Amino acid sequence: MSIGHIGHTLLGLLESGPRHGYDLKRAFDEKFGHDRPLHYGQVYSTMSRLLKNGLVEVDGIEAGGGPERKRYAITEAGITDVDQWLATPEKPEPYLQSTLYTKVVLALLTHRDAADILDTQRAEHLRSMRILTDRKRKGDLADQLICDHALFHLEADLRWLELTAARLDKLREAVAR
Amino acid sequence: MTPPPGSLLAAEDLHKTYGPTKALDGAEFSIHPGEVVAVMGPSGSGKSTLLHCLAGIVVPDSGSITYDGRELATMSDAQRSALRRSEFGFVFQFGQLVPELTCVENVALPLRLNGTSRKEAERAALTWLERLEVDDLAKKRPGEVSGGQGQRVAVARALVTRPRVLFADEPTGALDSLNGERVMELLTDAARSTNAAVVLVTHEARVAAYSDREIVVRDGRSRDMERIV
Amino acid sequence: MSARRWAGDLGLGVKFGFTGGREGWGRLLLTAVGVGLGVALLLLTTAIPTALTVRHQREAARLDYTYSKPPAKSDATLVIADLDTTYRDKEVRGRLVEPEGPKAPLAPGLRSYPAPGEMVVSPALKRLLDSRDGALLRARLPYRVVGTIGESGLVGSQELAYYAGARDLAQHINGWQVARISAFGPPADQPEDKMDPVLILLVLVVFVVLLMPVAVFIAAAVRFGGERRDRRLAALRLVGSDSRMTRRIAAGEALAGSLLGLAFGTVFFLIGRQAAGGVEVMGISVFPDYLDPSPALALLVAVAVPAAAVLATLLARRGGGIEPPGVVRTARPARRRLWWRLLLPVAGLALLVPMIGQGRSHGNFNEYLVIGGVLLLLVGVTALLPWVVEAVVARLGRGAVSWQLAVRRLQLSSGTAARMVNGIAVAVAGAIALQMLFTGVEGDYSKETGVDLNRAQMQVRLSRGVSLDEAAGKFADVRGVRKVVAMGEASVGDTSWRSADGPRLSSQVTVGSCAALREVAKLPGCRDGDVFAVTGLGWDTDTPPLAEPGRRLHLDTSQGLDLSREVTWTVPHGLKRARAADAPNGLERGGFLLTPGAVPAQAAGAIVGQVYLSVDESVPEVHDLVRNTATDVDRFADVMVWTATQQSRQYASIRTGLLVGSVCVLVLIGASLLVSQLEQLRERRRLLSSLVAFGTRRRTLGLSVLWQTALPIALGLLLATAVGLTLGTVLLKMTDTPVGVDWPSVLTMTGIGAGIVIAVTLLSLPPLVRLMRPDGLRTE
Repeated sequence: MSIGHIGHTLLGLLESGPRHGYDLKRAFDEKFGHDRPLHYGQVYSTMSRLLKNGLVEVDGIEAGGGPERKRYAITEAGITDVDQWLATPEKPEPYLQSTLYTKVVLALLTHRDAADILDTQRAEHLRSMRILTDRKRKGDLADQLICDHALFHLEADLRWLELTAARLDKLREAVAR
Repeated sequence: MTPPPGSLLAAEDLHKTYGPTKALDGAEFSIHPGEVVAVMGPSGSGKSTLLHCLAGIVVPDSGSITYDGRELATMSDAQRSALRRSEFGFVFQFGQLVPELTCVENVALPLRLNGTSRKEAERAALTWLERLEVDDLAKKRPGEVSGGQGQRVAVARALVTRPRVLFADEPTGALDSLNGERVMELLTDAARSTNAAVVLVTHEARVAAYSDREIVVRDGRSRDMERIV
Repeated sequence: MSARRWAGDLGLGVKFGFTGGREGWGRLLLTAVGVGLGVALLLLTTAIPTALTVRHQREAARLDYTYSKPPAKSDATLVIADLDTTYRDKEVRGRLVEPEGPKAPLAPGLRSYPAPGEMVVSPALKRLLDSRDGALLRARLPYRVVGTIGESGLVGSQELAYYAGARDLAQHINGWQVARISAFGPPADQPEDKMDPVLILLVLVVFVVLLMPVAVFIAAAVRFGGERRDRRLAALRLVGSDSRMTRRIAAGEALAGSLLGLAFGTVFFLIGRQAAGGVEVMGISVFPDYLDPSPALALLVAVAVPAAAVLATLLARRGGGIEPPGVVRTARPARRRLWWRLLLPVAGLALLVPMIGQGRSHGNFNEYLVIGGVLLLLVGVTALLPWVVEAVVARLGRGAVSWQLAVRRLQLSSGTAARMVNGIAVAVAGAIALQMLFTGVEGDYSKETGVDLNRAQMQVRLSRGVSLDEAAGKFADVRGVRKVVAMGEASVGDTSWRSADGPRLSSQVTVGSCAALREVAKLPGCRDGDVFAVTGLGWDTDTPPLAEPGRRLHLDTSQGLDLSREVTWTVPHGLKRARAADAPNGLERGGFLLTPGAVPAQAAGAIVGQVYLSVDESVPEVHDLVRNTATDVDRFADVMVWTATQQSRQYASIRTGLLVGSVCVLVLIGASLLVSQLEQLRERRRLLSSLVAFGTRRRTLGLSVLWQTALPIALGLLLATAVGLTLGTVLLKMTDTPVGVDWPSVLTMTGIGAGIVIAVTLLSLPPLVRLMRPDGLRTE
């Protein structure tokens, strides 16, 4: 069962140490939320899914009860899951940035190699582009036009990847603050 | 790391500095016959220097480059020139065609440098111009043809000696996307048909997408993207 | 079009000219030096007429006419003796003076006459006498130096001249060497001296030939760095200047170069003028302040040079529009047409041809026709050359890659190549024609002397009454003298020489020992006291009727001292016959040959002594040793050196001057060739690098640079040689001189041209190698 993009992100945030649910929400909003802050409900449902999958455990409950008063910690299985998630390139598709951005920031936060993530994604993008290019070369005009549309989008992603790779050091500083 | 077996041209641990700047800092490279490898990377990352070293135009400060079992670093300038004349072909971004010579004479030039007779060289040049669909330009001078046409002439010139390695440095850099892609199609088709390896330096992903494999150069170090995935 | 817009655009161009960065400055400097040299030469030329006038006036002011009717002795007369001599190869103007009263005329440049035994000398002579080089001359001038001659008494800064005081000069008055005068300067009724028409022709041609390449060079100089400038102008078009504005801005840049060139030229001229004071050409030197360009001409130069630069640029840009950068399509240029280009030299020939055969005897050549003709012929070279280069290059093409690269390059831009070579071609054509003319005219002169140099190389003419035997003995003692032949010479006639028409029949008389006489005729046998009549000379028709024993003949004493006494001689009965032979001076002597014993005592005063000397030319200063001895024997002695080369030595200096001038022009043009070559290479840096990338040998590229320079220059030299030989032939025919080609000078000029090609190629090789480095391939 998939735990989703937010699940992996929260899991990653727990790597730096056990947190309360509301701490997690605040950290998420600060780093990734920008214009779409998380609801407490989202945090609650995601955490319970993670708990069910054994990726996190409850580290302690503060007096007063309520889900937001639980303190979560990441398990070994959880760390492995984050590893896998980060190392797996996203399927090249439009509007990928938010996921990629999250991955890069998380990698920086957890002192993983963010450049690797970008390069992996880059290789994946280029592979898609090769396939599209090949199809374009063999196909008719309609194929060419459709492939070109996809190619231009992928190229934009790739440019973003390049740009981000070039700015990793600055991003690392910004994230550490 | 030793070059993969069967590679035609391979470089290991290349270092090259121009004054205070490190152009290459431990770069590696390998290419098999008939393979198209894209060399990408930001401006000033050293990708052109890598190409110049691989082609024997520039001698690296240290590191080894083997072509077909021969070490390039130990060759004399004249030997490397001879190698470039007979085994390598080149396409650059612009400014490579001799403006005074007609297109067919430009294409025939590398053959003539190798000692082929003028007539024979121009006949071979004409067939290559045909393959690149610009044979109608044979009698025109580079100043009279468009950028895309000129670049096709340049590709014809690079392939006319049937080189085993074709070096292309931003071959579409000065072209619009349609012309650029057509040039890339023709270039890769022609190279594949002669089983030539292509070292393609570009910063455009859509151009790099014509390659089989991609190498990224950053700060003088190379990264083979194939090995990541 | 308002004048203010014009001025504004020109000013902008001038500003561009001066703010082009280091490279721009280099180009500006080169232009300025080129224009400057041209301007200096122009200024010098405008100054020459003034200089010659001043010189002529000074020369006239000090004339001491000795041929005119002598005035009677008074306290306002001066006895003056002409003692001109030669020291080494320099003329020394020498005068002995003896004022006969306080009102005696004072020579220009003198404050007073030196006392006997003293002399006043020119500064140059003073320097010479004070130096070690002047030792032999000091011995010849045994006078104490008491002052110097002022500038007004000299015609040149390097002139050697002296006035020495003397006593009892009056008794030597002979009407030509020693005379009594009452004033200096030309006699009032003296007609103006006419210059040799051939000499005038020479001068005209020299001027045209020297100035033409200068003009061509100035035209080329203001266009240095044209291609790079084109790009800047193209950028100006992009930011919105219209084509007229752009042309004016371009003209402004040319103006900057020519204005700076004017300043340079003025400085060069002032330096050159000062230097000219220390230089002597053909025995002519000038004072720096003679070289004062007439204000009108100087103003003309100051206005004409920048104006020409602006006009040339405006005209040159009229045809080819200036396109924005990057869109220049190098389409094939239109073919050049031949007919109007041929018209120029043909018209030039048409002007000159009517004067063929005129020679020196038919008055002056028409100056306008000469200048016009020569000018048109030489301009014809500049008009024909682009066509020739284009026509020839269009037919070339086969050959090695280097050849192909060069030929194709020339095919596309033959105009640029031809423009650069034009200067060389004009200079060489002019120089070849001039050299031919010089050689021809020079041969003309040396042939006339026709002396037999194997028997004697020097001749000393002694005054009447000097003992021949004694003189012969002294000459024989001089180091380097191999043989001395001394003879007396006189003339005899059938009646008195003082009669109104002179004698009807006249003949020569030669007096000498048997040995001396054998030098001039074949004698059957000879003893002292013998008299011979020379036979077998076609021209000597007077001698046979005069050679009748017993006939009284009158000796010519008209140039002697003693005009009052009639001296006669009777043909003796023992007259023998002698066959004529070549005399040592190359002139056959006819008439009578007398041994000393046969000369009547009273005849001695009518006989002029001649000493013929055979000398060893390898003995240093042998000529001056002989001259010194001659002065010692007879201070009025006249010494001549017979050398066929004496005349040609004068021409040699002109020829050297011409050669130096041509070499300077050629080197300048070579420099400009080099600059444009380098500029072109720099512009092709990326191309060169890519050629190297795909394995072009450096040798191939080097050779192509060589061909690219060599081809136009070779064509230019070929055309120049053809035009030069044509012009030379026409000029020689005009002067009625046998036509001969001076191949050494033709070869020299073409050799220099070839040298320049090689130099330009060699000098452009290091930058070429540098440019072939892969840096040029960088796309960033």
